[in-house]
Amino acid sequence: MSKEIFVVAYEGGDDSTLLNYAIERARREDATLHIVHVLEWSPYTFLTPQEVEERHTRRKQEMTRAKEAIIDPAIATATAAGVEATGEMRYGQVVELIAATATAKAAAMIFVGRSGSNSISARVFGSVPLGLAQIAPVPTVIVP
Amino acid sequence: MNRFHAFAAATGSALLMAGPAQAQSIDATINQMFADYTGWYVSLIFADLPGTNFSWIALWLVVGALVFTAYFGFIQLRGFAHSIALVKGDYSDPDDAGEVSHFQALATALSGTVGLGNIAGVAVAVGIGGPGATLWMVIAGLFGMATKFTECTLGVKYRNEYPDGHVSGGPMYYITKGFKERGLPGGGFMAVLFCIFTILGALGGGNMFQSNQAHAQLAGVFGDYPGWITGIILAIVTFAVIVGGIKSIAQVTEKIVPFMGVFYVVVSLIILAINYDMIGWAFGQIFMGAFTGLGVLGGFTGALIQGFRRAAFSNEAGIGSAAIAHSAVRTKEPVTEGYVALLEPFIDTVVICTMTALVIVITGVLNVDPDTGLYIWNAEAGRISTEGEVSGVALTSAAYARAFSWFPYLLAIAVVLFAFSTMISWSYYGLKAWTYLFGEGKAVETVFKVIFCLFIIIGAAANLGPVIDFSDAMLFSMAIVNIIALYFLMPIVKRELNSYIARLKSGEIKRFKH
Repeated sequence: MSKEIFVVAYEGGDDSTLLNYAIERARREDATLHIVHVLEWSPYTFLTPQEVEERHTRRKQEMTRAKEAIIDPAIATATAAGVEATGEMRYGQVVELIAATATAKAAAMIFVGRSGSNSISARVFGSVPLGLAQIAPVPTVIVP
Repeated sequence: MNRFHAFAAATGSALLMAGPAQAQSIDATINQMFADYTGWYVSLIFADLPGTNFSWIALWLVVGALVFTAYFGFIQLRGFAHSIALVKGDYSDPDDAGEVSHFQALATALSGTVGLGNIAGVAVAVGIGGPGATLWMVIAGLFGMATKFTECTLGVKYRNEYPDGHVSGGPMYYITKGFKERGLPGGGFMAVLFCIFTILGALGGGNMFQSNQAHAQLAGVFGDYPGWITGIILAIVTFAVIVGGIKSIAQVTEKIVPFMGVFYVVVSLIILAINYDMIGWAFGQIFMGAFTGLGVLGGFTGALIQGFRRAAFSNEAGIGSAAIAHSAVRTKEPVTEGYVALLEPFIDTVVICTMTALVIVITGVLNVDPDTGLYIWNAEAGRISTEGEVSGVALTSAAYARAFSWFPYLLAIAVVLFAFSTMISWSYYGLKAWTYLFGEGKAVETVFKVIFCLFIIIGAAANLGPVIDFSDAMLFSMAIVNIIALYFLMPIVKRELNSYIARLKSGEIKRFKH
């Protein structure tokens, strides 16, 4: 039987509690991790002509930076802990993309950090954990 | 290059240091110099057709639009729904998220065209041509959509893509590459000519005229004060954006400008809703005026000429600027960008210009003779008599103020923001022409950007009528070169279009959202 997949909505930086918790759970339940880093992006924002011209180059730089600074170190941490892990970086709305990834990967669970949930904007507009609580297709663990 | 730099630096610093009298004499000297050397060219470009007051350049743009409309089988009508689907992202591959979307390319190009023309130009057209000018403006705007389709498809097809991923495109690129592909001579020469016109047009119509009008608006609201103050502030902000790369200012503007545009349309709709009982009458005036003139000098032709001229000058279809803006989008299919670009004249002319015209007609700021029902002609001013005998932005302002007394203040802010965003767009168009002539590179680019900022101060501080006339002539000279090139290259666009439609029908081009 193939291993269960846990999707981790990983922001990087101060999210080590989330990552360590997900690794620990995956190790105990012999699951694999799929670490997803989403860069907020809307196709309906406005750009200057210069930004339009530079967008393709910037996107490549952002993807490289995210891979090297966020995804690769996270995979390395998981692997070092004996957990099999994959990763990807995507552009768009965090909540929608994490839910879509969980569906596409037939994941068993989603892990998301609570960081940012206390800010005023999060209270007004909703945060990633709150959004996932509403639309996640699988059980979701909010890591404090 | 050096000549421009020296001219700008000398004039700019002289204006800053000199007193009003001295600045006045500098204005007069520059005006005289330009009038002497360039007056003949300006007269040639804006010359009226014999026996009319319709300039041949406006006819050139309208005929071009008609030719492209016929050649592509009314693409603006049969492709309209597909254009909307593309802008909504229905055909965008989710794996390409993070790249420039069709919506963003359209919004960026629109921020360069929506501006003073929609507010001041329409008021002038309706003031001279009467309500009937509106119908001809809408018709000309609808035809102009085919021109945008043609030029923007070519802009993407023949753009230059550099190893670091950035792209440069526009008429200068499709003229050289397209002519070479078709074995036609003169492509290189025409491209250089187009670039010279673009640089001079960017410094004038895309810069000095904008800062000049922005200052006029601010002075109108806050009372008269020296233009160089507005000029320096605008130049510093522009410098921060285009040289300093301070994106936050640009992003704020780019967010406020579309909001202002939407707000303008919403306020117009509210005014129309308040006066709902007059809408039928207003449309009657527009249709009757379009064919009879309703007392306007020149009658039917007067209305037609003003409407066509306003549409041609407002949406920039055929000028070639949009092809520069749209060419940076990431798409595998050049035709898709043509489809998206054809929405520009629709939004700019058919929607926004028409709103202005309807509000002016419906609020009754144009004076009507109660006995005859015809508009009262002010022969001295050469236009319809209006409330307060005003014209241009002031007429639009008066019309909106009838419904909302605070609107003139908002309009002043909108004009300044529209002017600023137009300047940012034209600094880019000018830069692309500049780098085509002098090569890509930070130093070369900075020289143009600094010159551009200096011209903002000159435009706001000085009353340089002949200089601005000359640069306007340059702007429309771009259309002469561009439309000639489009006539030669339109078979390539047709080939692209036919191939695209065939693949769309066969399902090879996938729709991602349903």
